Amino acid sequence: MSAIQPKVGEPVTEELALVQAAKGGDVSAFEDLVKRYDRNVFRIAQHITQNREDAEDVVQDAFLKAYSNLEQFQGQSKFYTWLVRIAVNEALMKLRRRRPERTVSLDEDVKTEEDSVPREIADWSPNPEQLYKQAELKEILSKTIQGLPPSFRTVFVLRDVEGLSTEETADALDLSIPAVKSRLLRARLQLRERLSKYFQKRESGDGKK
Amino acid sequence: MKCSEFLQELTNYLDGALDDRTKSELEDHLAWCHNCYVVCDTTKKTIEIYRDSELYELPDDLRGRLRSAIMTKCQQHKKKGQESI
Repeated sequence: MSAIQPKVGEPVTEELALVQAAKGGDVSAFEDLVKRYDRNVFRIAQHITQNREDAEDVVQDAFLKAYSNLEQFQGQSKFYTWLVRIAVNEALMKLRRRRPERTVSLDEDVKTEEDSVPREIADWSPNPEQLYKQAELKEILSKTIQGLPPSFRTVFVLRDVEGLSTEETADALDLSIPAVKSRLLRARLQLRERLSKYFQKRESGDGKK
Repeated sequence: MKCSEFLQELTNYLDGALDDRTKSELEDHLAWCHNCYVVCDTTKKTIEIYRDSELYELPDDLRGRLRSAIMTKCQQHKKKGQESI
């Protein structure tokens, strides 16, 4: 079985030139950075907040905060990692406002009932994503990831959806590398467990109920 | 190798972050343990399905509106900064 192929990143030097130009007052250079990353920030925000309006606010607030604090970006990390850190914090703040009764923290190391012991070990259909119509599939994926604790789904979306490295994820979330790896393993296994009921092979052959 | 040990290394294995020796031990285990093979294969599929799902894509019209709002606020911020100098 082969490893998951990482996404290929954009050239970093070109990005640094845009950041330098924006720092020097070139607003259109900053607009290029917005165009480059607005889709990613929206996706991350919606994964964390699970709310469309909140995600829209997070996109605006995160880019404005990045613009206002550009001087503080020293270039030790990629601009994108720095932006993700801002966006994640904004998204968690939104989530806390909506769910004041629950603790929402990236530090939470949640022990859930399912945790990481696989119980569902039936094989899946060869092309599970083809068992459902596109809209149905998105509904299933969205519903499934919503059930994960915020700290797990944040690590999963940064590592596996956005393709950040373990080190970049740790940097963006202020977590240790072992903490990122532990949350990622449990997030992956819990999603797998929950998706199994939709994707496993059925005796009728076509996989549908 | 026990199944629990395999599971602990699953993330490193899927990310291609293992040395050759540990990787080969894991693959020996996969060759005879059907349950771990299924868990590994379906975890990999889980990741690929989410990565390729285009979940929460930003629609073009909303994208345009958000960008325009962001750039207006950035211009205002720049102007304020210049006035305070």
